[in-house]
Amino acid sequence: MEEKKLYYYESYDVAVIGAGHAGCEAALACARLGLNTIMFTVSMDSIALMPCNPNIGGTSKGHLVREIDALGGEMGKNIDKTYIQSKMLNVSKGPAVHSLRAQADKQDYTHEMRKTVENQPNLCVKQGEICEILVDNMCVTGVRTYSNAVYPCKAAIICTGTYLKARCIYGDVSHYTGPNGLPAANHLTECLKSLGIEMYRFKTGTPARIDKRSIDFSKMEEQFGDEKVVPFSFETDRASLNREQVSCWLTYTNEETHEIIRGNIDRSPLYSGAIEGTGPRYCPSIEDKVMKFPDKERHQVFIEPEGNYTNEMYISGMSSSLPEDVQYRMYRSVPGLENAKIVRNAYAIEYDCINPMQLKPSLEFKTISGLFSAGQMNGSSGYEEAAAQGLIAGINAARKLTGKEPVILDRSQAYIGVLIDDLVTKETHEPYRMMTSRAEYRLLLRQDNADLRLTKIGYEVGLISEERYQKLLEKEQLIAEETERLKNKMLGGSAKVQEFLTEHGSVPLRTAISMADMIMRPELNYDMLAELDPERKPLPEDVREQVEIELKYSGYIERQQRQVDQFKKTEGRKIPAEFDYDAVPSLRIEARQKLKQIRPENIGQASRISGVSPADISVLLVYMKQN
Amino acid sequence: MRNQDTIAAIATGTTNAGISIIRISGENAFSVADSLFVSKRGKKKLAEQKSHTMHYGMIMEKETPVDEALVSVMRAPNTYTAENIVEINCHGGMIVTKKILELVLSSGARLAEPGEFTKRAFLNGRIDLSQAEAVIDLIHASNEQAVKNSVRQLNGNLCRKIKEIRDGVLRDTAFIEAALDDPEHISLDGFTDTLYEHTKENLEEIGTLLTHAENGKIIKEGIRTVILGKPNAGKSTLMNVLVGEERAIVTDIPGTTRDTLEELIQLKGIVLRVIDTAGIRETYDTVEKIGVEKAKAAAEDADFVIYVADASRSLDENDEAVISMIREKKAVVLLNKSDLTMQVTKEELEEKTGKQVFLISAKEEQGMDAFADAVEKMFYQGLIDKKEDVFITNLRHKEALLEAQASLQKVMESLELMMPEDFYSIDLMNAYQALGEIIGEAVDEDLVDTIFREFCMGK
Repeated sequence: MEEKKLYYYESYDVAVIGAGHAGCEAALACARLGLNTIMFTVSMDSIALMPCNPNIGGTSKGHLVREIDALGGEMGKNIDKTYIQSKMLNVSKGPAVHSLRAQADKQDYTHEMRKTVENQPNLCVKQGEICEILVDNMCVTGVRTYSNAVYPCKAAIICTGTYLKARCIYGDVSHYTGPNGLPAANHLTECLKSLGIEMYRFKTGTPARIDKRSIDFSKMEEQFGDEKVVPFSFETDRASLNREQVSCWLTYTNEETHEIIRGNIDRSPLYSGAIEGTGPRYCPSIEDKVMKFPDKERHQVFIEPEGNYTNEMYISGMSSSLPEDVQYRMYRSVPGLENAKIVRNAYAIEYDCINPMQLKPSLEFKTISGLFSAGQMNGSSGYEEAAAQGLIAGINAARKLTGKEPVILDRSQAYIGVLIDDLVTKETHEPYRMMTSRAEYRLLLRQDNADLRLTKIGYEVGLISEERYQKLLEKEQLIAEETERLKNKMLGGSAKVQEFLTEHGSVPLRTAISMADMIMRPELNYDMLAELDPERKPLPEDVREQVEIELKYSGYIERQQRQVDQFKKTEGRKIPAEFDYDAVPSLRIEARQKLKQIRPENIGQASRISGVSPADISVLLVYMKQN
Repeated sequence: MRNQDTIAAIATGTTNAGISIIRISGENAFSVADSLFVSKRGKKKLAEQKSHTMHYGMIMEKETPVDEALVSVMRAPNTYTAENIVEINCHGGMIVTKKILELVLSSGARLAEPGEFTKRAFLNGRIDLSQAEAVIDLIHASNEQAVKNSVRQLNGNLCRKIKEIRDGVLRDTAFIEAALDDPEHISLDGFTDTLYEHTKENLEEIGTLLTHAENGKIIKEGIRTVILGKPNAGKSTLMNVLVGEERAIVTDIPGTTRDTLEELIQLKGIVLRVIDTAGIRETYDTVEKIGVEKAKAAAEDADFVIYVADASRSLDENDEAVISMIREKKAVVLLNKSDLTMQVTKEELEEKTGKQVFLISAKEEQGMDAFADAVEKMFYQGLIDKKEDVFITNLRHKEALLEAQASLQKVMESLELMMPEDFYSIDLMNAYQALGEIIGEAVDEDLVDTIFREFCMGK
């Protein structure tokens, strides 16, 4: 092999590879925790880029963003600064599935994040492609750029997103580039393989962007933002959110669209076999939707602005890898898009990522000390999933270098915990997207209480200021006091009370009940009861909200809390890192293989591995007790 | 949610011994026992009694006395499991014992997993650490057996019913979850009414299944029987004789393909469930056709094997194969074709197999009575039927059905209270999981898979 001419430059504590949503959170966390950090990107213009949908949040993803914020991450603040439309989804449903989603001005989003990372003390941002992770004795010692500069470091966090050996495909055209025509990172994969890391190849896709001037919005339904905007960040001042919101638009595909797709399906690389990567089921291409759901007469298409200073509109619901000429015909068959001019065509993208079961729940590789990985590199999808992992990987890299135990959120604490546990425990065969149905304790994991769940942890880690922490403690106290007061405040069947109840369609009282019990009645709520409750102190909205939810759904919440107590018992039983599964008699072969591969941290995680039965768990428990 | 802490099971053997013991272990052992035990002397609750004392009284089902019993109270930690333990000593008799166990289970204990008392004893440090391997083996063997029993004893038709209910519950849940995850594409408007109807129907179905469970009908009847023998030994003829003679073919309801491959045959009032190992009739004809491996597997699984040997031909390697298969099994040997010149003697076979051998001629229908008598005798001596397994399996199924029922009832309540969808979808999943336990299927990724398969999601 040709001798490389290496040169050594500055050394750092942590090198973050990639400056997308995962990379930015990771780098900011490390720098804020006092580590000397460098973040590499293939292009300085692609920091926190949103190459696909122009929004942040949505069902379960909105939860992730609030959790990131509660822990001291940046995503929530950044979207609050740059949103152009905001909506709380699922408001007609229970509080656990209320989800915030905001349309972002994409340009502003990257600019604001760029400002933040560039001005962060301890953080250096550098353009360059990392080709090699230098490892000595299975410990990270540095990273090498394509230009053969070596940056010695003690930990590295891989956040390469969809850039590794990326290939963009539409029809029979394929470019070896990352998203938006940015350069791909073609060299790191080989290095990772040589370190013994197992790679997957996944794919995803994006729809076309269309020139706003070529769209006839009169044929579409206008979709407005909420009048009352809720911020993502618990720290954002609500007054700063006052700004004019832009609209999105709704239209539909039709039989003609479907006919065009069916007639050209053989030209789709997804169907011809030209794409080998595994795609996500939750955001199928329009050709997948048409082929897999032939009975559906129409599919929704949302037209979303990409920003305030561009005419590009994102055609949500119609991602595709069909050839450009078919794309034209297909988009133009949709009402309102008859004269559509495509600014950027739709494409599918294939990329390398790792099998995330090689990671510990701290997101460090099991086999390589100091090497962390986060984001789409770990087989997830979505900006929010990436950012959440980036934050955790950053925190844990910093903790490792400062000799502290990693922060591992469990499934009962956060969606982030569910996300990471799923990734490192369950086999992923497609890009993993967060869903509320994956969170079994979701009644407790609401977006409204993310701060109450996680800000203490963020404070202990060192990413939450003393001031913010004190505010949280105050809030906690107010909630507890008010809840207690309502439980003890009894209401008798006075004429005033009975009249109030009849008026609100509620059954009159036969015996005295507490104010708390009143709130539990489906037809009543905390605010309505103010007129029967003269001693009530004025309380902030977020406090009133918590009091109401915790009381109104207390039966369900308590049941779920009991499930969590059970869960914690097995979760608390640690399995030693060097545990020898071969020495355990009677484990079934499949269970033994899986356990050896995944090396669960505790009995709870072991029990979630597919192929490990309750009897195997019993056997493990007995064996662990003996030794 | 199921109680994870307090477990119960019959601790003694289930033959008709003089005394049977039902053991309850766990934090709530005393309160569970108190809800069905009334002391003869004084009104003190068991929970208030001193440790390691025995009390005489009545086991009651609400107001009705069930049996007299001696109940011992043992407080943690100086007990077998190091937990609170109550042992109910009753007068034995399977029916009474089962009844009491069921009462215990409906009072807040759950049925112990196989080997669970021992496991708890071990984990709580009550058993010498050197015995870990024995404990592991016990857990392993008994669980494997329980799983095997649970699924194979399930009546095919009822199994199909449970699957149907379960799939319906999953579809409803998936629809709700799809809508919660993608509210802009999937609307739940009006779905509560549909769900109310579905859940009501499901509850009715489960109600019916529970009545079956009361009668033990969820479990298949009959002793799992396999007929083995080399080609042309007369297995088909024997089948025809058994079936034809008694005119008692009891096939399950058509459509349950799994079951049409079995014949229920009555022999002196005992039901044999004869299993067609390869799924087609011809397979009775030759050992080679089934393949030695398949026959071996069938024999392994069977409660009872009938080995048909051919008296008119010398024993060959096929016979040797069969003989080795049945060595560890409950089996009888039928030496067929006794009407022809005998190349094999009864004594020779008896010596080789160590089993009872009967001379018959299936063709002439001779010698069948002695064979039937022998089967009957083996049955009543408890040599071939494991009745307690069946009972326990049935109890497990019943417990799971009750769990599913309770979860679906919670769904109904939530619907009536107009609670949001995300609250009761959790109960729907609980019901789904409980039903899965009966048919031996885990949950894993079913929900997410169904969401994507059934509903067109996303951007």
